[in-house]
Amino acid sequence: MNLKIKYFGMLTEVTGCTEEQFPLIEGNIADVLQLLMNKYPLLKEKEFQVAQDQVIVDIKKPISQGEIALLPPFSGG
Amino acid sequence: MKKKHKNVFIQGAISAEFIGNSIAKHQTKTSIGAHNIFLGQVRADVIEGKEVAAIEYTAYEEMANAAFDEIREMTFDKYDLTCMHIYHSLGTVKAGEICLFVFVSSPRRKVVLEALEFVVEKVKAETAIFGKEIFEDETHQWKVNS
Repeated sequence: MNLKIKYFGMLTEVTGCTEEQFPLIEGNIADVLQLLMNKYPLLKEKEFQVAQDQVIVDIKKPISQGEIALLPPFSGG
Repeated sequence: MKKKHKNVFIQGAISAEFIGNSIAKHQTKTSIGAHNIFLGQVRADVIEGKEVAAIEYTAYEEMANAAFDEIREMTFDKYDLTCMHIYHSLGTVKAGEICLFVFVSSPRRKVVLEALEFVVEKVKAETAIFGKEIFEDETHQWKVNS
Protein backbone atom coordinates (compact mmCIF):
# COMPACT_ATOMS: atom_id res chain seq x y z
CA MET A 1 0.00 0.00 0.00
CA ASN A 2 1.11 3.52 -0.73
CA LEU A 3 0.51 6.82 0.96
CA LYS A 4 -0.58 9.54 -1.44
CA ILE A 5 0.56 13.05 -0.52
CA LYS A 6 -0.70 16.17 -2.27
CA TYR A 7 0.84 19.63 -2.12
CA PHE A 8 -0.85 22.94 -2.88
CA GLY A 9 -0.03 26.59 -3.50
CA MET A 10 3.40 27.78 -2.47
CA LEU A 11 4.26 24.35 -1.06
CA THR A 12 4.53 22.99 -4.61
CA GLU A 13 7.55 25.25 -5.03
CA VAL A 14 9.21 23.60 -2.03
CA THR A 15 8.50 20.06 -3.19
CA GLY A 16 8.75 20.61 -6.94
CA CYS A 17 5.65 18.47 -7.49
CA THR A 18 1.92 18.51 -6.78
CA GLU A 19 1.68 14.94 -5.55
CA GLU A 20 3.76 11.88 -4.81
CA GLN A 21 3.52 8.47 -3.18
CA PHE A 22 5.40 6.94 -0.29
CA PRO A 23 5.23 3.41 1.09
CA LEU A 24 2.50 3.33 3.76
CA ILE A 25 3.93 3.80 7.26
CA GLU A 26 2.46 3.09 10.69
CA GLY A 27 1.86 6.01 13.02
CA ASN A 28 0.18 9.37 12.93
CA ILE A 29 0.19 12.48 10.77
CA ALA A 30 3.17 13.88 12.72
CA ASP A 31 5.21 10.89 11.53
CA VAL A 32 4.30 11.66 7.93
CA LEU A 33 5.32 15.28 8.43
CA GLN A 34 8.64 14.18 9.88
CA LEU A 35 9.25 12.10 6.77
CA LEU A 36 8.34 15.01 4.49
CA MET A 37 10.44 17.53 6.41
CA ASN A 38 13.44 15.22 6.17
CA LYS A 39 12.96 15.15 2.43
CA TYR A 40 12.10 18.87 2.12
CA PRO A 41 13.75 20.79 5.00
CA LEU A 42 12.24 24.07 3.71
CA LEU A 43 8.79 22.80 4.71
CA LYS A 44 9.71 23.57 8.32
CA GLU A 45 9.57 27.28 7.53
CA LYS A 46 6.16 27.14 5.91
CA GLU A 47 2.74 27.62 7.44
CA PHE A 48 0.26 24.90 6.48
CA GLN A 49 -2.59 22.69 7.66
CA VAL A 50 -2.92 18.99 6.95
CA ALA A 51 -6.01 17.33 5.50
CA GLN A 52 -6.59 13.59 5.50
CA ASP A 53 -9.29 12.40 3.13
CA GLN A 54 -10.20 16.06 2.56
CA VAL A 55 -10.78 16.87 6.23
CA ILE A 56 -8.40 19.09 8.25
CA VAL A 57 -6.81 16.89 10.92
CA ASP A 58 -4.66 17.25 14.01
CA ILE A 59 -1.11 15.91 13.70
CA LYS A 60 -1.92 13.30 16.39
CA LYS A 61 -4.46 11.64 14.08
CA PRO A 62 -3.47 8.10 13.02
CA ILE A 63 -2.58 7.60 9.36
CA SER A 64 -5.34 6.06 7.25
CA GLN A 65 -4.88 4.62 3.79
CA GLY A 66 -6.41 7.67 2.19
CA GLU A 67 -4.98 10.82 0.78
CA ILE A 68 -2.99 13.38 2.76
CA ALA A 69 -2.79 17.00 1.62
CA LEU A 70 -0.59 19.87 2.81
CA LEU A 71 -2.51 23.13 2.54
CA PRO A 72 -0.98 26.60 2.91
CA PRO A 73 -3.29 29.46 4.03
CA PHE A 74 -6.34 29.73 1.76
CA SER A 75 -6.43 32.73 -0.55
CA GLY A 76 -9.46 32.35 -2.77
CA GLY A 77 -11.79 35.11 -3.87
CA MET B 1 -20.35 5.84 -1.73
CA LYS B 2 -18.93 9.32 -1.60
CA LYS B 3 -21.34 12.21 -1.89
CA LYS B 4 -21.04 13.95 -5.22
CA HIS B 5 -20.52 17.66 -4.68
CA LYS B 6 -21.67 20.41 -6.97
CA ASN B 7 -18.79 21.94 -8.93
CA VAL B 8 -18.33 25.67 -8.36
CA PHE B 9 -15.21 26.02 -10.49
CA ILE B 10 -15.04 27.74 -13.85
CA GLN B 11 -11.89 27.71 -15.97
CA GLY B 12 -10.62 31.29 -16.36
CA ALA B 13 -12.50 34.52 -15.73
CA ILE B 14 -16.26 34.67 -15.08
CA SER B 15 -17.74 36.70 -17.94
CA ALA B 16 -20.25 39.53 -17.64
CA GLU B 17 -22.39 37.54 -20.08
CA PHE B 18 -22.45 34.52 -17.74
CA ILE B 19 -23.49 36.77 -14.85
CA GLY B 20 -26.15 38.48 -16.97
CA ASN B 21 -27.58 35.12 -18.08
CA SER B 22 -27.65 33.99 -14.49
CA ILE B 23 -29.79 37.00 -13.57
CA ALA B 24 -32.08 36.43 -16.56
CA LYS B 25 -32.71 32.81 -15.51
CA HIS B 26 -34.25 34.04 -12.26
CA GLN B 27 -36.94 36.14 -13.89
CA THR B 28 -39.31 33.16 -13.95
CA LYS B 29 -38.96 32.77 -10.17
CA THR B 30 -41.50 35.41 -9.22
CA SER B 31 -41.56 34.75 -5.47
CA ILE B 32 -38.15 36.46 -5.38
CA GLY B 33 -38.23 40.13 -4.39
CA ALA B 34 -34.51 40.77 -3.90
CA HIS B 35 -31.22 39.53 -5.32
CA ASN B 36 -27.80 40.38 -3.98
CA ILE B 37 -24.64 39.77 -5.96
CA PHE B 38 -20.98 39.81 -5.00
CA LEU B 39 -18.35 40.00 -7.73
CA GLY B 40 -14.74 39.54 -6.77
CA GLN B 41 -12.46 41.29 -9.25
CA VAL B 42 -8.70 40.85 -9.61
CA ARG B 43 -7.04 44.03 -8.38
CA ALA B 44 -3.86 45.37 -9.96
CA ASP B 45 -2.04 45.82 -6.64
CA VAL B 46 1.34 47.51 -6.85
CA ILE B 47 3.91 45.74 -4.69
CA GLU B 48 7.43 47.13 -4.53
CA GLY B 49 6.90 48.99 -7.79
CA LYS B 50 5.53 45.98 -9.68
CA GLU B 51 1.92 45.69 -10.74
CA VAL B 52 -0.16 42.51 -10.45
CA ALA B 53 -1.17 41.53 -14.01
CA ALA B 54 -3.19 38.41 -13.13
CA ILE B 55 -3.95 35.85 -10.46
CA GLU B 56 -3.55 32.17 -11.18
CA TYR B 57 -5.92 30.09 -9.05
CA THR B 58 -5.47 26.48 -8.06
CA ALA B 59 -7.58 24.51 -5.61
CA TYR B 60 -7.92 21.22 -3.80
CA GLU B 61 -11.07 20.84 -5.83
CA GLU B 62 -12.77 17.90 -4.09
CA MET B 63 -12.20 19.42 -0.66
CA ALA B 64 -13.19 22.92 -1.76
CA ASN B 65 -16.38 21.70 -3.45
CA ALA B 66 -17.30 19.86 -0.23
CA ALA B 67 -16.69 23.08 1.73
CA PHE B 68 -18.85 25.05 -0.72
CA ASP B 69 -21.66 22.50 -0.19
CA GLU B 70 -21.35 22.96 3.55
CA ILE B 71 -21.42 26.75 3.22
CA ARG B 72 -24.55 26.49 1.05
CA GLU B 73 -26.23 24.21 3.58
CA MET B 74 -25.36 26.47 6.54
CA THR B 75 -26.57 29.56 4.71
CA PHE B 76 -29.90 27.98 3.75
CA ASP B 77 -30.35 26.93 7.40
CA LYS B 78 -29.59 30.42 8.66
CA TYR B 79 -31.41 32.60 6.11
CA ASP B 80 -34.71 32.37 4.26
CA LEU B 81 -33.26 32.19 0.76
CA THR B 82 -35.03 31.12 -2.42
CA CYS B 83 -31.76 30.26 -4.13
CA MET B 84 -28.02 30.69 -4.05
CA HIS B 85 -25.25 30.24 -6.61
CA ILE B 86 -21.50 30.36 -6.14
CA TYR B 87 -18.84 30.28 -8.87
CA HIS B 88 -15.07 30.62 -8.51
CA SER B 89 -12.39 30.76 -11.16
CA LEU B 90 -9.51 28.36 -11.65
CA GLY B 91 -6.46 29.12 -13.77
CA THR B 92 -5.49 32.61 -14.90
CA VAL B 93 -7.72 35.62 -14.31
CA LYS B 94 -6.34 38.97 -15.48
CA ALA B 95 -6.53 42.21 -13.48
CA GLY B 96 -9.98 43.71 -13.95
CA GLU B 97 -11.65 40.35 -14.58
CA ILE B 98 -14.09 38.56 -12.27
CA CYS B 99 -12.90 35.57 -10.24
CA LEU B 100 -15.75 35.07 -7.72
CA PHE B 101 -19.50 35.33 -8.29
CA VAL B 102 -21.92 34.84 -5.40
CA PHE B 103 -25.64 35.27 -6.07
CA VAL B 104 -28.33 35.02 -3.37
CA SER B 105 -32.07 35.56 -3.80
CA SER B 106 -34.97 35.85 -1.38
CA PRO B 107 -38.47 37.30 -1.16
CA ARG B 108 -37.07 40.11 1.05
CA ARG B 109 -34.07 42.46 0.80
CA LYS B 110 -32.76 42.36 4.39
CA VAL B 111 -32.18 38.64 4.16
CA VAL B 112 -30.03 38.83 1.03
CA LEU B 113 -27.98 41.74 2.36
CA GLU B 114 -26.95 39.72 5.40
CA ALA B 115 -26.68 36.36 3.69
CA LEU B 116 -24.31 37.58 0.99
CA GLU B 117 -21.74 38.87 3.46
CA PHE B 118 -21.97 35.62 5.42
CA VAL B 119 -21.32 33.53 2.29
CA VAL B 120 -18.44 35.66 0.96
CA GLU B 121 -16.58 35.66 4.30
CA LYS B 122 -16.97 31.87 4.57
CA VAL B 123 -15.74 31.35 1.02
CA LYS B 124 -12.61 33.40 1.73
CA ALA B 125 -11.86 31.60 5.01
CA GLU B 126 -12.92 28.00 4.44
CA THR B 127 -12.30 26.91 0.86
CA ALA B 128 -9.01 25.34 -0.20
CA ILE B 129 -8.22 27.77 -3.02
CA PHE B 130 -4.82 29.32 -3.61
CA GLY B 131 -4.03 32.47 -5.56
CA LYS B 132 -0.70 33.23 -7.16
CA GLU B 133 -0.25 36.88 -8.05
CA ILE B 134 1.61 37.20 -11.34
CA PHE B 135 3.41 40.47 -12.00
CA GLU B 136 3.95 42.10 -15.40
CA ASP B 137 7.56 40.86 -15.49
CA GLU B 138 6.31 37.26 -14.92
CA THR B 139 7.67 37.02 -11.38
CA HIS B 140 5.07 36.10 -8.77
CA GLN B 141 4.11 36.02 -5.13
CA TRP B 142 1.49 33.96 -3.29
CA LYS B 143 -1.64 35.88 -2.42
CA VAL B 144 -2.54 36.35 1.24
CA ASN B 145 -6.17 37.07 2.17
CA SER B 146 -6.59 40.02 4.50
